[in-house]
Amino acid sequence: MNVLIYLIPAALFLGGLGLVAFLWSLKNGQYEDMEGAANRILIDDKDPDEPPDRN
Amino acid sequence: MGEIALNNAEDSPPPRAHDIGGDCCAGGATALAEIGTDQENYRDFVASDPAAFVTHDQEGNAMLYLLVENMHCANCIKNIEQALLANPAVIDARVNFSTRRLFIRWHEESAIAGDLLRPVISMGYPLTPYNPELIQTASVAEDRQLLKALAVAGFAAANVMLLSVSVWAGFLSDDMGEATRGFLHWVSAMIALPAVAYAGQPFFKSALGALQNGRLNMDVPISLAVLLAAAMSLSETIQGGEHTYFDASVTLLFFLLIGRYLDRAARNKARSAAERLILLKSVAATVINSDGTRQTIPADAVMPGHLVQVVVGERLPVDGIVSSGRSELDISLVTGESLPEFVMTGDDVYAGTMNLQGPLEVSATKTGDNTLLGDIVRLMEASEQGRAKYVRLADRIAEIYAPAVHILAALTFAGWWFFGANWQIALLQAVAVLIITCPCALGLAVPVVQVVASGRLLGKGILVKSADGLERLAQIDTIVFDKTGTLTEGRLELQNQTEISEENLDLAASMAQASRHPLAMAISHHGQVTAATPFDVQELPGEGLTATVDGIEVKLGNRYWTGVTENEDLAEGVGPELWLAVAGKAPVQFRFLDQVRPGALQTIQKLMKLGYAVEILSGDRTAVVKQIAVELGIENWKAQQKPEDKVARLATLRDSGRKVVMIGDGLNDAPALAAAHVSISPSTAADISQTAADFVFQGQNLTAVFETIKVAKLAHRLVVQNFSLAFLYNAIAVPLAVAGFVTPLFAAIAMSASSLAVCLNSLRLRLERDSDAR
Repeated sequence: MNVLIYLIPAALFLGGLGLVAFLWSLKNGQYEDMEGAANRILIDDKDPDEPPDRN
Repeated sequence: MGEIALNNAEDSPPPRAHDIGGDCCAGGATALAEIGTDQENYRDFVASDPAAFVTHDQEGNAMLYLLVENMHCANCIKNIEQALLANPAVIDARVNFSTRRLFIRWHEESAIAGDLLRPVISMGYPLTPYNPELIQTASVAEDRQLLKALAVAGFAAANVMLLSVSVWAGFLSDDMGEATRGFLHWVSAMIALPAVAYAGQPFFKSALGALQNGRLNMDVPISLAVLLAAAMSLSETIQGGEHTYFDASVTLLFFLLIGRYLDRAARNKARSAAERLILLKSVAATVINSDGTRQTIPADAVMPGHLVQVVVGERLPVDGIVSSGRSELDISLVTGESLPEFVMTGDDVYAGTMNLQGPLEVSATKTGDNTLLGDIVRLMEASEQGRAKYVRLADRIAEIYAPAVHILAALTFAGWWFFGANWQIALLQAVAVLIITCPCALGLAVPVVQVVASGRLLGKGILVKSADGLERLAQIDTIVFDKTGTLTEGRLELQNQTEISEENLDLAASMAQASRHPLAMAISHHGQVTAATPFDVQELPGEGLTATVDGIEVKLGNRYWTGVTENEDLAEGVGPELWLAVAGKAPVQFRFLDQVRPGALQTIQKLMKLGYAVEILSGDRTAVVKQIAVELGIENWKAQQKPEDKVARLATLRDSGRKVVMIGDGLNDAPALAAAHVSISPSTAADISQTAADFVFQGQNLTAVFETIKVAKLAHRLVVQNFSLAFLYNAIAVPLAVAGFVTPLFAAIAMSASSLAVCLNSLRLRLERDSDAR
């Protein structure tokens, strides 16, 4: 059962990573405009060779 | 301005709701172009000076929040943002599509607000600055809190379940040592306890609140079960016991938080609509000082006696008397009347009406909440309070369920103790009962059905706004319709096309093209515009159009102005009329009528066949209402109803034991919408009516009303089934728990199985055929 010593921390770490990522995205305001996000995917960049706009 | 563009967009046949890729944005731009904007009178289209609303961030950059109208699709987002970012002074320009808001940040020294916004406004997106501090941020914070709790509970549930499965596997294979089991329990405790303390807060707060008011709600047994399970498991862990319920307490929280979040999401749409209204009310007014200077102040600060300037496309901020200028006002928001009203110096005008043609100066008589608009809003709020008493089905069940569960747990404890078990064992069994009865399935029974039903309705263009709207709609037995804009399209159509010679129709259409008056627009849809004969059309507000064609004067306008004499024996039609007078020839009459919505007849016949009582309450004239009522076969109708008359009629119906659904669109319907048991309005309705209504349907077809009622009935049936399933599960599981056969593994399986059964049952709403819906 010694394998648990590092398997459990590994599982917790990975789960925690997901949790932190979610909380970060929430704090980042990524859930504030869900309809907008769904629509923005349809916007073409002006020129495919150029990098997209500032935001 | 927004509504001009909106009406224009609706004139083009296909609805734009699903047409995301198409060039829907043309609507707004065309409207603006048609009114004939050029850069000089650009000022006429800026509702108020945005400079008054500019704020600054810490680095000294200017910031401005605006409401955007006419935004429909991805192209709109792109157009607006790119137009703003093209200006080098702009640092940030971000559209929030869900709430139709825009945020801009820029280097203040290099540009002034008005110049920045100019390109966006000239593309056809009217902008209204607002003060972000007016928005209630509390509920947004609560939303975030709920999502965070959900994330934490999800994380804890997944990890604790992982550990619990190991423990259960150990029991089955019988080779897990006590030390390993204890270790796993400790790890579970370390994850579960903080998670319960954090993620359980929404329930604990609500339970505490209920207890303080001397009531019991569903959150009381939930909080008790979660807390007791965690506490007991901790004590078992400390003593090295076999069974812990950490997994049960966190998965329970996770499931219930999902239910809670879904419930809340259903209400968010409504909230953002209401906020928008508050913001629009706070819009600024341009006041002309006695020395002739102009000043922008908040509409609330305007005092009676002030002279207010109202530009084209702006809504009047105050009630007052026109002191100079002549124009036509769109009064549909206030009275439901579909024709614009001509006003000139000396006429009374009301807040909330929109200036359509020429700039006006209005001397304010009533301001702020004392305006006619304010009266209607007050009437609506008063009606809404009457409805707040409705207790949702889930809460009514909780009131019986919660005490029953607590008594049962107490009896279990007493019973085990009485039969000689020590108090720890007895408590263990009592907690097991609490966990097993814990209303996981009950907590999901309503929200899941709601989400599935809302999804199905959304697919048909119907928005469910209030969380308990479906529940209330399932109870109704009487249906009351408004006429203008609800049973009818709210748009006038030429009625006597066959009586008019093609030559006259084409002539009228060519002239009408120059005007945005609803009657002129109705004509220009019909005739062939003869582009070969360009002529100069003059529009006289309140009278009509005049032009000189091949040296002959032609007039298109009202009966007196065109020179139709009183004794002309052509009867005045039911609807409005226009006359075409060519000098030297007999004048020609054009009659118009508001068209009945497609599907209205079938919908009403179907509803009557199902036994619903149908009524019309309209603010329009008797003759018009009667005609529609006869056409649709509705026997009960009342015309010339003021907003308070409508509310009174609904109160009478309510007192006689009826449950009424009100379907209406105008601002004059808003109080009635709020007073009815439940309400529906079309998406073309006034903002305030949409706010008051529980459902909003898109598109022209009235069958949406039937579909909504049908889905509500189906949803109600499923909710009842779900509750039955949950009770059935309890009937089997509770005796086992009381008898002490329940282990954590059994609890986990039973809980998941019952929740799953409820969810799957709810999904049947999606499969249900809509054979009789059309």
